[in-house]
Order: sequence, then C-alpha cells, then structure tokens
Amino acid sequence: MSILFILVPLSLVLVVFGAWAFFWAVGNGQFDDLETPAWEILVEERDKIEK
Amino acid sequence: MSAVVDLQPIAPASADELSSAACFHCGEPLNGSTLTARVRGRDEPVCCAGCLAVAELIASAGLDDFYRFRDTPSARPETDIDDVWTAYERPQVAERFLKRSGEISAVALLIEGLRCAACSWLIDKVLCRTPGVRRVDINAATAHAYVEFDAARINLGQLLRTIAQLGYRPYPASDDALARVHQEERRAGLKRLMLSAFGMMQVMMFAVAEYAAHLGGETIAPEMSRYFRLVSMLVATPVMVYAGRPFFINAWNSLRARTIGMDVPVSTALLLAFAASTWNTFVGHGEVYFDSVTMFVFFLTLGRFVEMTVRHRATGLTEALTRHLPATAHRVRDGIIEDVPTAALACGDVILVRTGETVPADGVIVDGETALDEALLTGESTPVRRTIDDNVAAGTLNVLAPIRVRVTALGERTLIAGIVALLQRAQAQKPAIALAADRAASKFLRYVLLAAGAVCATWLALDPTRAFPATLAVLVVACPCAFALAMPAALAAATSALARNGVLVARPDAIEALAKIDRVIFDKTGTLTRGDVQLERCLPLGTQSTEECLRIAVALESMSEHPIARAFAQVHSDASALPTVTDVRVVAGLGIEGCIDGRRYRIGRADFVAALRGTSVELHEQDATLATVVLGDETQALAQFTFSDALRDDAPQAIEALRALNIEAEILSGDVPAVVRRTAERCGIATFEARQSPEQKLARVQTLQATGATVAMIGDGINDAPVLGAANVSVAMGRGAALALAAADIVLVGEQLSALPRAIRTAQRTMRIARQNLIWSATYNFCALPLAAVGLVPPWLAAIGMSLSSVAVVLNAMRVGNAATPEKYARKSGNPRAASISRPRSATSSS
Repeated sequence: MSILFILVPLSLVLVVFGAWAFFWAVGNGQFDDLETPAWEILVEERDKIEK
Repeated sequence: MSAVVDLQPIAPASADELSSAACFHCGEPLNGSTLTARVRGRDEPVCCAGCLAVAELIASAGLDDFYRFRDTPSARPETDIDDVWTAYERPQVAERFLKRSGEISAVALLIEGLRCAACSWLIDKVLCRTPGVRRVDINAATAHAYVEFDAARINLGQLLRTIAQLGYRPYPASDDALARVHQEERRAGLKRLMLSAFGMMQVMMFAVAEYAAHLGGETIAPEMSRYFRLVSMLVATPVMVYAGRPFFINAWNSLRARTIGMDVPVSTALLLAFAASTWNTFVGHGEVYFDSVTMFVFFLTLGRFVEMTVRHRATGLTEALTRHLPATAHRVRDGIIEDVPTAALACGDVILVRTGETVPADGVIVDGETALDEALLTGESTPVRRTIDDNVAAGTLNVLAPIRVRVTALGERTLIAGIVALLQRAQAQKPAIALAADRAASKFLRYVLLAAGAVCATWLALDPTRAFPATLAVLVVACPCAFALAMPAALAAATSALARNGVLVARPDAIEALAKIDRVIFDKTGTLTRGDVQLERCLPLGTQSTEECLRIAVALESMSEHPIARAFAQVHSDASALPTVTDVRVVAGLGIEGCIDGRRYRIGRADFVAALRGTSVELHEQDATLATVVLGDETQALAQFTFSDALRDDAPQAIEALRALNIEAEILSGDVPAVVRRTAERCGIATFEARQSPEQKLARVQTLQATGATVAMIGDGINDAPVLGAANVSVAMGRGAALALAAADIVLVGEQLSALPRAIRTAQRTMRIARQNLIWSATYNFCALPLAAVGLVPPWLAAIGMSLSSVAVVLNAMRVGNAATPEKYARKSGNPRAASISRPRSATSSS
C-alpha cells in the first residue's frame, strides 16, 4: 500500500494541472461562446488572417 | 393643410415575367425580377440590385460556402445605405466608440441581421481580408462582434460600410460595460464551480475508502488514515478559500446589515466543520468532515451558477430595444444638411427626418406635416397626423412626408429610453411569490440558528462528544436552500422553456397569473389579424373597367408609402407597365391627386374625391375608416376599393386550443362593428364588442374580474395602458414595434398566436411543479431537523441530504422545460387540430 504515498501526490499534481488548464481556458474565452465554434469545423479554412 | 411630397423615381423592374420564386439571397418574393447572380457556376434569381450585388460580392470573394451553411435567408441589403457611414469616418465622431492601445483601435459592434453561424462566418472572412483589420471575434448567439484594426489603414466608417455592404446593419456599441461585467461574472462562476467539483471528487475518493472499510467491518491502517486526512485537508483548503469566498462575503455583509441571510448558517457550518476537521487532522483523532465541506460548497456553487445564467439571459431583450433607434441623423445647420451620428446631436438642433425614416430623438416639428407610425410607443399601427408644434417621439416612423424637427430630448431622456428603463426594472425585480418564499426562508433561518444553539447546549449537558457533530448536522440539514430554490428554479425553467417557444416573460409574476387565466380578451388590431392591409374587392362605379381602374389606382398610390398604398403595390408589382403620373399631390389623411394621360384623378376618401368634380358627398360611417377608398376623376366616381386586414393563419387554431383549456376568448375592439363581427366569425369567437373606448374596455375587464374571472388582455402595444394594467396578465405581440413589450407582462415574439395556449399550459405545469417543490422541500426540512437534533444524522449524511433535496428540486423544475414542445401538447390533449400548430421559429432562443 505504500505505493499510495507516491500515487496520491501524483494524482494531486494532475488535478492541479487540470485546474490550471481549465482556468486558463476560461480566462482565454474558451467558454464564452459555445455555439459558433461548433459550426466552424464545417468550413474550409482557405484563408488565414494576415498579420 | 396639405403637404407636398418630394417624389423619388421608381426603379424600373426589367420584365413582366411574374414569378413566385424566392430570391436566392434574401428569400423574399422575386416580384417579377429577372435579375440573376452567378454563384457557384449557376445563375440564381435575385429580387433586387442590392441582393445581386451582395450575392456576387460573396461569390467573387470565394465565400459562396455561406449559402451552404446558413440556416435562415439573409437580410435584404439596403441599397441607399452608403452615405450613413460617412459620419463615422470623421475621427472626432469615431472617437467615442473606439478603445485605443497604441496604433490598434478596438470597437464593439452589435450586428443586426446576424442570424446564424454562417452569417458570422461571412462577416469574419470578409473583415479578415480587409486591409488593416487585425482581429475579429464574432459571437453568433448574441450578435456581438469585437474588431481590432489599424486606425492608420482603415477607419470606423469604412469598417461599418464593409459590413453593411454584406446586407447587415452594424451598430457601434458605445457602452459594453454591462456585457463585460456579465462575462467576468460568468468566468468567475465557472472557475469556482470547476474548482469545487475537482476538490469534491478528490476528497470523496479518500472519504469513500474510509467509509467502505468502515462498512466492511475493517479498519484502515492509522498512518494511512492520517495520510488521507492530510491530503483531504490540502485539497479542501483551496475549495474553501476560493470557491467558498462568495458565501463568506455574503454572510459577513448580511451580518453587518444586521440581517440573517441564507449564507449565514451556510458559512457558520462550513467554517465550523472546516476548523474542527483541520484541528482533528493535526491532533490525530476525532472526526473530519472535509468530504461534507467540499460537497456542500460544490452544490451551493452550482445553484448560484444556474441562478446567474438565468439572470444574464434576461438582458438580451433590453439591448434589442435600444438597437431600434437609427445610428445617424440629418442635421440642418445654416441650410446645409449633414449626416451626423445620433449621439452627436444636441438639444435645440434641427434635424430632417425623411419619409420612411425613424425619428432619432424626441422633438417638436418646426416644418412640414406628416403622418407618423407610432406603433413603437402606442401599438397603434395606423399612422397619426402630426403637424407644426406637435411633439414627435424617438423611435416613431415617418411614413408620409419629410419633416424638420427641433430636438428636445436625446438618448437617456427620450420616451423610448424611459420605457426601456421600465422594462429593465421589471426584469430586475423578483416575483412576489419568490419574495414570499425568501421571507419565509429567512424567518426559518433564525429558528435554525436558535435550534442549533439549543441542540448544542443540550448535547453538551448530556454527552459533550456528540455535541459538535449534532450541531453541525442541524446547521447543514436545516439550511432551507431547497425551499428557497423551489420557486426560482421552476420559474427559471419556465422562462427559458417559454422563450424557446417564442414567448418572452417581461414580468416574473406573469407566469403565476398566466396559470390561472380563464378568459382571454383580444384587442383586434394586430392581434388576431396580421396588421397589413389587403385589397379585398374592387367595385367599378363608372364607365371604366375594373382593370383600367386598378391600373390608375396603383399608379397613383405608387406615389405614397401609406399602408393602403402598399396593399395596392402587392396587387400590381410591375412598375414598368404603369402609366406615368404627373403633377402629383399627396394630401395627408385624405388621398392623392395626379394627372395621367392629361386627365386629373383623385384617389382617397370619398369627400376628397368628390371635391374634384365639384360635388360633396355624405361620408358613410364605413367610408370614414381606412377600409374603403374611392377613385374618381373630374366628372365621375370610377371605382370603390374595399380593404380588409388579413387574419393570422393560426388564429382559429389558437382559439380552439384555448377552448380546449376551458378558456373563453372574446374581442373588445375600437373598430367598426362590421369588421369586428367578421373577424370574430372567422376565428370562431362568440363574444365580441365593437367600438369600445379604453374606458369601456377597462370597465369590461373590471366587471369580469368582479365575477371572479382571471383575465388576460392581448394587445399590440400600450395604447390601452390602463386596460393592460388592469388585466391580470397583459400580452403583447412583438411586431417590429419592439416597444410594445414595455407595458406587457408577456410578449409573443414569433407573432404566433398559437404560442399563447402553449404558454398557458406551460405556466399551469410550472405552478404545479413549483407547488410540489415547495411542499417537498418544506417537508424535508421539518422532518430532517428533529432527526439531526437527536444526533441520528452524521454531518456527511446531512450534507448529502441537503444537496440531494436541492438537486431534486432543480431536476423537478427541469421537467417544465421537457414538456414545452408542441408535439407533446398535441398528443396529450388528443386534439387533432392542436397537432397542426406549427413550431415557432427558433430564432428567439438565442437572443
């Protein structure tokens, strides 16, 4: 059972990473519009915006 | 008292081939147009030069995928739209809409006509190709766009024009503060929700191990148990500090205000449990409650998140109203007319309002005489005559002749803004029934705190080891969260279910009242009928044939924008085959005079027409209304035209469906008896009263209410404000005249009458479910409290019980939405006609 002393902290690291990823996604506006992006995959990406 | 209209040339349509097909771009009837646009290698028919230009622009830019992906036809482009945007090209005008950082300018836009994801795709692609545009974000659900651009290479006016050329109408949003606040709120809520969910799952993992061992009669090794507790504490701490923060802040605020809010016992229980658990973790013995704590925080956060989502949804409506005002105005200064944004006007400015334009500000007419469509304010679709020194309101439509107006009120101070503010206030208030539940819950909370204290004291005297868990259990189990959630959850579910069906609830109390309705009163204009006039009959009076009379009449009426004129245009759309009219004079409220082939004709009211041949006629009662128009020349009366208002397609079905719900329908109209009787007969309504003044309508409503009836009044605006106010529920049909929403409790957006019986069914179901919720949650609280007090409920079970009772309430409330589909009604009522009620357009749900 002593393997738990390694696995549990490992899982916590994963959770922290997951939470960080989620926070980043929310802050980046990934959850602001859940409708439009669903359509975008249907459209061919023929032109990229020039920077 | 006549106003001479400046005439605009009629655009010639190219051929006489009549086609019933629809325009490839906008979906409107072709009306005989033979224009074609080349899209994807095929010639597609279009209805006008504007649509042709847009379709070819889209195709030539290689963006024709748009036509494959859109779900609704596009807005018809306005061909003469161009000059409007010039004003925004000037830096001092653009300034107020732009946010600058370095050389990049950003603007937030509301885009009218943006209906689906394909539209947003199109705008996105075209803007991205425009030189100088750096970044484009479009949200199809809210019709908002955010554009960043290089001000040195493109200006705001050009940007707006680019969008307008695609057939949309962009409005720069000067204040998107509210939207930003909402976005921040939503993001913060999502983060809290997710963090507490993560934490809950982690802590539960360790807690379940302990419980499972306990149930199996085994024990976990002490060092493993300590380890689990330590890890649980580690996980629970951020949940408490980050996700639990709003509850502690609320509790602190309510304590400082010397009241006891819902968050006081919640916070007390959370802090007590967390503190005790932490202490026990460090001393190494005693219970820990980290699982209960995290679960409690998660469910509370979930509840708040749902509530917030519903609150935000309501704001889309008011935004739509303010969009109704034109973005620019024609200011007259020293005899020079210049286009300026409405926001740049000042009180005292004189503006020109051309025929067919919307008045941008409140003011007084200084020159000209016209008729204004004030449907936006009064719901009356018949234009009203306005002359010098009369007041005009922003948002009204000038139908007849150009006028000059001195501005008296702008923006926030206009009538329309006042009405919007009213609506916002209505949305902000809680329904009375939910307030009552809140009050009951807050009273209950005081007893809970007292009970917790009593329980604690009693156990300390009897068995001090059990005092803490019992007190904790009482605090958690007795939290009337489910009770407080019961009403709002059901009402929120109903509001969104109704919105999906094209019914907007403007006053939250309306759902409760709607459930009790047993009589529906229709105000004829615009509710049972479509509100646009149709030519019903042409009766020749003189020597000329019907066709000849019609030809002359259409030619004369093509000079006017009056509703009657539009009805004539429908009959005869081919403008090129019409005779040329010269020497035209449009007399507001009376008719039109003009010369065709050297002969002088008049069309309009009988007395006006008779005056041309030097006689006078007695006006029959019916002639005085809009319903009849006479055509005559200098010697004789030629023909009489009768008009009728077309019945809404679903009116008879809706009445039938109401009857199936045991609801009586009746008409109270200000119209002439003949018209009202016909309408009533066609819809199958037995009770009707014609020629009713607002006072009589009010008296009738009050009489019905005195006999115990609950009355819903359906109008198309606030012209009957006292009547609408007196009715238990007022319903408006949202016909372009968006402000009709103002006084009404409920708005039928899709202009579908059949949505009304559906709404009543939904409301009845909602109230049934809300009652179930209240009874269930009250029962739970009263049963669980004594059990917790005697120590039979451990805190973790209390947290589960409290959470489950809330979840049960929310799940039960969601059944309201499940049943809102028309198909189910049809099956349930067993009424074959109800099955034919068409599903309203889904466009409303996204707004």
